[in-house]
Amino acid sequence: MTRTYVDDFAAFTANGGGVAEGPEWLPSLRHSAIERFSELGFPTRKNEDWHFTSVAPIAEREFQLAPPAPRRVEAADLVPFSFGHPEWPRLVFVDGRFDAELSSTKNLPRGLFVTNLKRAWREAGVLLEQHLTKVAAFENDAFTALNTAFMNDGAVVHVAPDAEIEAPVHVMFVSTGLTDSLVTYPRNLVVAERNSKATVLESYVSLADAAYLTNTVSELVLRTGATLEHIKLQRESEKAFHVGNVQVTQERDSHMLSFSFATGAALSRTNVHTSLAGEGCGATLDGLYMVDGEQHVDHQTLVEHIEPNTFSRELYKGILDGASHGVFNGRVYVHAKAQKTDGKQQNNNLLLSERAQIDTKPQLEIFADDVRCTHGATVGRLDDVALFYMKSRGISAERARELLTYAFAADVLEKIDVRAIRDELEEQTLNRFTK
Amino acid sequence: MLIIKDLHARVAGTEDREILKGIDLTVNAGEVHAVMGPNGSGKSTLAQVLAGNPAYEVTGGSAVLDGQDLLEMDPEVRAQTGVFMAFQYPVEIPGVSNAYFLRTAYNEIRKSKGLEEVDPLEFLDIMEEQLALVDMDPAMLERSVNAGFSGGEKKRNEILQMAVLRPRLSILDETDSGLDIDALRIVAEGVNKLKRPDSATIVVTHYQRLLNYIVPDFVHVLSAGRIVKSGGKELALELEAKGYEWVEQKEEALA
Repeated sequence: MTRTYVDDFAAFTANGGGVAEGPEWLPSLRHSAIERFSELGFPTRKNEDWHFTSVAPIAEREFQLAPPAPRRVEAADLVPFSFGHPEWPRLVFVDGRFDAELSSTKNLPRGLFVTNLKRAWREAGVLLEQHLTKVAAFENDAFTALNTAFMNDGAVVHVAPDAEIEAPVHVMFVSTGLTDSLVTYPRNLVVAERNSKATVLESYVSLADAAYLTNTVSELVLRTGATLEHIKLQRESEKAFHVGNVQVTQERDSHMLSFSFATGAALSRTNVHTSLAGEGCGATLDGLYMVDGEQHVDHQTLVEHIEPNTFSRELYKGILDGASHGVFNGRVYVHAKAQKTDGKQQNNNLLLSERAQIDTKPQLEIFADDVRCTHGATVGRLDDVALFYMKSRGISAERARELLTYAFAADVLEKIDVRAIRDELEEQTLNRFTK
Repeated sequence: MLIIKDLHARVAGTEDREILKGIDLTVNAGEVHAVMGPNGSGKSTLAQVLAGNPAYEVTGGSAVLDGQDLLEMDPEVRAQTGVFMAFQYPVEIPGVSNAYFLRTAYNEIRKSKGLEEVDPLEFLDIMEEQLALVDMDPAMLERSVNAGFSGGEKKRNEILQMAVLRPRLSILDETDSGLDIDALRIVAEGVNKLKRPDSATIVVTHYQRLLNYIVPDFVHVLSAGRIVKSGGKELALELEAKGYEWVEQKEEALA
């Protein structure tokens, strides 16, 4: 199946397929990426990082590069996925292509630069040259290699030094879902310069149920003292496949707040990797996955403590119903130099059915001697004592179960800083569990 | 109003010996009954069994409230019928706000009576009236149910729930445990103000202290799963002076 992608790549480069844009170094980078992919092939379950997730459903299917959407997507189509303030800057991509009409990048606050990758080659060449593909390496990751070979469009966000941007930038990837077996390769870059502050919201949604593949890579750069909140909402079609890489690099005293919210896709895999490469920086990685039926949801997080005096806080929660399968693999890696590391990691899971299952593997790898690190994982069902407490106040058994399930999720949603986003996700979650 | 006859119970799902070994108790509207006893006497079990805690299994006897068989009802139906137990250890529910929790309970009880549900704004008025009763900061309503509350705050929160839900039968399960004197006074004053001619209260306690503030009409002493002595409020003082050995020995003498 690797062959198909290599052939597609030949066609992709031959017919111009968007490759006309971009600097001179790009075609050779794409070539090395596709070569690397053909060497690596798709990961198998022998690969430790893929032990609990088989990519066979992706590898065995022939995906084609998504053509331009067969029909126009109207603003009304996006209403179910739009929230927050209409003034929020918004970039919309339909089947991987930037849609200027659905986007809104006018009246941007001072210090915020937002564009799409295709335009950015012209408008922000230096920024791309400096950072794009520098954060997310493809040498050991077949999906990132594929994304690098085929990347065509995505969001580019730049936050100027000292700029504090209130309004979140909403980047929305919409699949029309009219045909099966299409693939898109969104590629995003966010650079938060020295002492800046911003929020980026990345949504993946679908207008219809189809078995398409989203293979996305986001590279986030936090310069000294920057604070970046990155919220990823994976609400793909329940037949779709989603592989997403969020790669972060952090300088001194920066703070990364990452949230991964995943309810969609038949099979999804989200990697969140951050490198704490400057003293005093920290990362807060949180997430919530809620699946049902035959869905498979996999999260892999890696926090690399490279320099001394860095911290990480991580809480991932999962609610699994039906015959769904969840995977959480959280690694905290403390380099020898990273003394005074303060790391906390927790993964809690709630199983709502006998057939649901979870594989959770929190891991600490510590090579420094003066650190404080804890980790833990729980798998459980609803608490009988809490159920009785609620019932003893007159709340029906069914409603008590709904509320407790919601509460389990709300506990981690509370950590989202931007109120409008938190409210929206709380409402989605409440609707999911209440009838 | 409440008639308990020869009530027996044990921990559910076990073949353990019974904790309640034949309780007889009648409570009329307007009355306050204190149930006292040493640790392990079964007084908390009695409260839990009346509230319908599934951790206990009734092995015999009956409990009838206003002619309805309590023991046949699920806990939520008992609550909808008018039973309220203030927990000794109120449960923390991170992620559900106090206001939302209490409004849900209030509306479920209204629904069971065929009444219209109240909206959040109306409910806020209802709650605000009761907040002063337990000297509680309105900000507590937005916090998760009991999460991170101090011992005193948790007990006050129980009384707030009781005030809002207006039960016909209130059972205070060792509400005084772990309370300092100020918190104890606030809780007791709340309970006193909530007394109505058509409702009754059962106060389960180890110590006489709480009864200085909530004055009972009747005092019952439990020992080894049975009521071994009943009397007026002076019985509590007598117990305080003589200790539980007094009734326990008496029981041995009887046996």
